Order: sequence, then C-alpha cells, then structure tokens
Amino acid sequence: MAEKKSGAFDIRVVIAALIGIYGLILTVLGLVGKQAEIDKAAGININLYGGIGMLVFAALFVLWARLRPIAVPVEE
Amino acid sequence: MLPQDSVLRLDAQAIDYIIIATYFVFVLGIGYLAKRAVSNSLDFFLSGRSLPAWVTGLAFISANLGAIEIMGMSANGAQYGMPTVHYFWIGAVPAMLFLGVVMMPFYYGSKVRSVPEFMLRRFGKPAHLVNAISFAVAQVLIAGVNLFLLATIVNVLLGWPIWVSVIVAAVIVLSYITLGGLSAAIYNEVLQFFVIVAALLPLTLVGLHKVGGWQGLVDKISAGTGGPEQLSAWPGNELSGFNSSFLSVVGLVFGLGFVLSFGYWTTNFVEVQRAMASKNMSAARRTPIIGSFPKMFIPFIVIIPGMIAAVAVPELQQYKANGGSGGEVTYNDALLLLMRDLLPNGMLGLAITGLLASFMAGMAANLSSFNTVMTYDLLERYVIKDRSDEFYLKTGRWVTVGGTIVAIGTAAIASGYSNLMDYLQQLFSFFNAPLFATFILGMFWKRMTAAAGWIGLVSGTATAVLVFVLSETGVIDLPGQGASFVGAGAAFVVDILVSVLVSSMTRAKQESELVGLVYSLTPKEQRTEAAGEGDHGWYRKPVLLAGISLGLVVVLNIVFG
Repeated sequence: MAEKKSGAFDIRVVIAALIGIYGLILTVLGLVGKQAEIDKAAGININLYGGIGMLVFAALFVLWARLRPIAVPVEE
Repeated sequence: MLPQDSVLRLDAQAIDYIIIATYFVFVLGIGYLAKRAVSNSLDFFLSGRSLPAWVTGLAFISANLGAIEIMGMSANGAQYGMPTVHYFWIGAVPAMLFLGVVMMPFYYGSKVRSVPEFMLRRFGKPAHLVNAISFAVAQVLIAGVNLFLLATIVNVLLGWPIWVSVIVAAVIVLSYITLGGLSAAIYNEVLQFFVIVAALLPLTLVGLHKVGGWQGLVDKISAGTGGPEQLSAWPGNELSGFNSSFLSVVGLVFGLGFVLSFGYWTTNFVEVQRAMASKNMSAARRTPIIGSFPKMFIPFIVIIPGMIAAVAVPELQQYKANGGSGGEVTYNDALLLLMRDLLPNGMLGLAITGLLASFMAGMAANLSSFNTVMTYDLLERYVIKDRSDEFYLKTGRWVTVGGTIVAIGTAAIASGYSNLMDYLQQLFSFFNAPLFATFILGMFWKRMTAAAGWIGLVSGTATAVLVFVLSETGVIDLPGQGASFVGAGAAFVVDILVSVLVSSMTRAKQESELVGLVYSLTPKEQRTEAAGEGDHGWYRKPVLLAGISLGLVVVLNIVFG
C-alpha cells in the first residue's frame, strides 16, 4: 500500500491483486482440468486462456501503478 | 422463476465459492482502507472531492451497471436483438457528454454538495423539498428492489433461502459504506467494473465460438424467429412499439435519446455525485466523458450474450419461437442459461461473482446517494440545524443504517408484490424527465422564477403519473417502450410550458443571486477550469474528448445500423 500522508491507497494495486489471484486460480484449473470441462465450453479451455489474460491484465495494472504513482500533495 | 430445484440451478463447486468469497474479502478490505481517509463529512459524502477522473469515470457507469441493467439488457438482447444498443448509444452516451460539457460546470463550479442543493440555490425551498424528498424515497425503494433481485438470483442459482441472502448482502454493503462512505462505494464500483468485464467477456467469446463466430450468429438469427431485422439497430420498430419506421426513429431519438436519457444521466444524483467527488473542475467534467467510452462497448458483453442465448440455448430458442410464452425459462434468464451451459467451474464462479458484484454495487450506489441527500438536504437543512461537522458525519453513518433497514423492508414487500415493484421502477424512470426540463430551463433562462421551479416540477411529474396510469389501464395503447417515451415527452413539455407561464406571472430572483447558477450570468472563468496538476495534454481536454466519443458512437451506429 502507498505511504499514508494523504490517506490515499492505490486502487490500481487492489484491482491488480484481485484479478491476479483470479488469474492464478483459473490458470491452474485450466492446466489440470478434464476434457469434459473443455468440451462444455465449445472446445475452448476458457479457464486457461481467461486465467492467462487476467494475469497479463494484473501485470499491466501493477506496471501502470509503478510508472505513474499517486502524487501526494507536498503541503496540505 | 422458480425457487429451489430450478432449471437454472448452477453446478457450483468449492472452487467457485472460493472465488466468490475472495471478492467479498476485497470488498470489505476496501471499506476498511477507505475509512482511513474519512475525517470529516465532506470526505464521507463526497470523497473529499479528491478522486482522479478515471476512477470517478468508471464508477459513474458502474453505479448504473446494476441488476436491472445487466439482466434487463441481456433479456432485451435475447428478445429484440441489436436494437437494444439504443439504450447505450442513443440512450446514454450523448446525455453523458452533455453532462460533462454543458452542465458539470454549474454543478461542480457552484460547489453544491448534491443535485437537490442546486435546486435550493436556484429555486429556493419548495423546489428543493420536492426534489430532495422524492429522490430520497425513490433511492431507498430502488435499493430494496436491487436487494430483492440479488436475493432471488442467489436463491435460484445456489439454492440459498431468500431472506438469508437479503440480510447477508445488506450487511456487507452497510459495512463498507458506513466505514468508508462514498470513497468505499466508488472504489468498489471500479473494482466491480473489472470483475464484471472479467466475467462477461469470456462468456461472450465462448458463446460466439459456440454458434460459429459472428457470421454464425448472424446466420442463426436471420434464419430463426428473430429474422434479419434483429441484426440492425435501426429503425427498431419492435423495441419502440411503433409500427411506422419513421415514428420509431423519432420516438427513439427524442423519447429515449432526449427526454428519458438526458433526464436520467444529467439530474440523477446517484450519477452526478460520482463526478462531484473528483478532484477539480477538469476531472469532474471528464468523469462522464471518460465513462462514455466503456459505456459504448458494454453492449458487446451484455446484449450479444443475450442474442447468443436466444439461438444457442434450446429452452430459450423454444420460448422465443412460441412468441415469448410457455416453458420454464424467460428472456430474463438469458445470461444465466448461457453461463449454465457453457462455463466450466472456475469461470462459472467468476461469472456468479460478477453478477453479485453488480447487484450489490447498484444497491450501494443508491444508499450512498441517499445518505447524502438525507443528511445534507433534509436533516441538516430542515430538522437539526447548525451542529458540528462531526455530528453530521456520525448522522450520515446512522442514516445509512436506517436506509439499509428500510431497504430490507422494501425487499420484503417486493417478494410479495413483484408487479408493484415493476410499476414503481417504471414510474421512477419517468420522474427524471420533468426534473431535466426544470434544470435546463433554470440554467439557461435567468427569468425563470422560484415559484415556476416547483410548480413546473410538480405539474410535470403529475403528467408523467397520469400518462403512466392511462397506459396501464389501457386508455392509451402503446406496446413496447412507446408508453415511457410518450410519458416522459409529455412530462417534459408540460413542465416547460407551466414553468414559462408561471415565470411570466411571478417575480424573478435578483441577478446577483444567480451568479454561478445561470449560464448568462456566470463569467466564463467560473465555468471553465484552470488546468491544474495532471490536467495537461490534449487527451485531457473535456470538449475534445467528448468530440472523439461522439464520433465513435456515430461510427458504431453506421457499422451496426
């Protein structure tokens, strides 16, 4: 979390954390999933692809938060 | 929908519950984190006017992305097809841009804390009371409806008893709003937006693959009950309920596109509050404009799945072929049926999370705007005056508790009289049209008097109610959305006429009192923003952004028209 001062926390990091956790769970499910699951979704391993997509999204959000951190006003 | 052993029961496993539970841990965590930023009532009710524009912009559309929007629009997609996009491209985007470009300078610039407070400064107490009370009542009732819908869905999908889900959901929403106030609601709305996209985008892609891609969907709908007219947005006769294509286009553009949508998006405090929470004028104006970009693409993950469901799910296909009757399913189940048939465990849990998220955020948005109006506009102004700020902060928290309890009561009533709730919702959708008429006239015509403010509002609203009653009792016969277009249109016209008439007979306010509230009396510097830190760059100019957004909508209308 961001350092106090303005009391602000960076929502981008929170979003990245949640979507990242989901990405991880789904990727693992996609890797160990049975063929029946894949057949259900019209032949697409949606857990795997969806999971990877979410991991990429989470990484991009962390990157954004790193590159453009919240500016805390120096004087209040 | 049937409770318990429904055909819609989803096969949720432990992993799906883990995914759902993870979301709620985050939701409450955000409430806790946001609490640290709340030290006075402005922090609690307006996030201390400190949020960046992309956050308020996403919250702006998320607050509206509730149960009615997601289930209702996918149902419309299944029933009417492509014309449903009008609710987004004609019925939302232009109004959002208008709010950002034209109206926001008055809202944000006059430093009012709510939409009713603007009423108070422009028209005085009677108009303020009418507006504040009707808004507060409507919000609590709608919060109850959202709560009830959430509970029904949980009941059908997972088999939980209705009252358990009502109370669990109410307690969760209550916890984070009383802790973190509007910031908690807004941050959760942003989180919810991403969860909904993560839930619905994969569903749409899998669905499209299932029916053989876009071309497959086009072929199946053209050959099916819907026919090829369900693939183009215009003229949308089925949706508007008019036989003549010309009237249908006129009805859509003026009824839906002008009175209904401008009324909703520009005067509804649930929405405007999100923009008021931004850090400066430039960010406040950009809020609805930034929101318009995701808004125009939401149809692709809400309406398209509905259209897919109508051709890919056998029960729904049958239902549609029967002209929308018989069987165990209805159009409202489109999204749920598609989830049931296509998603494996894991993705299924995420999809359920997305739906729950949207229902709760809808309710949270109602409550967070209710507590502001109730505390600032009603209690502080008329009942308990001149107390310390800390007192009103505490009051705001208790008002939230009270509002939640009333909402639970409303949910209980809704479970007994589901038709009543449908009526109420439709009725509220008319209320914004006269409000918009009063606002727009008041902002641009300095001669409009205080008496005209409240008399116009009351007579406009009475007209809306009258048209509603006439169409419900069959005196006016307009199927589809025609009745709401006519009702809102009539309310708008009557409000304007009565306001002009009353203004001509009463005394206008002093011009000095109207600075910052009326266009011609507000100096340009006060209406425009001085670009501050983080407002530079061409892509942060509100008017230019709005132009790009409008251009994109035109392109979308041509491509899918």
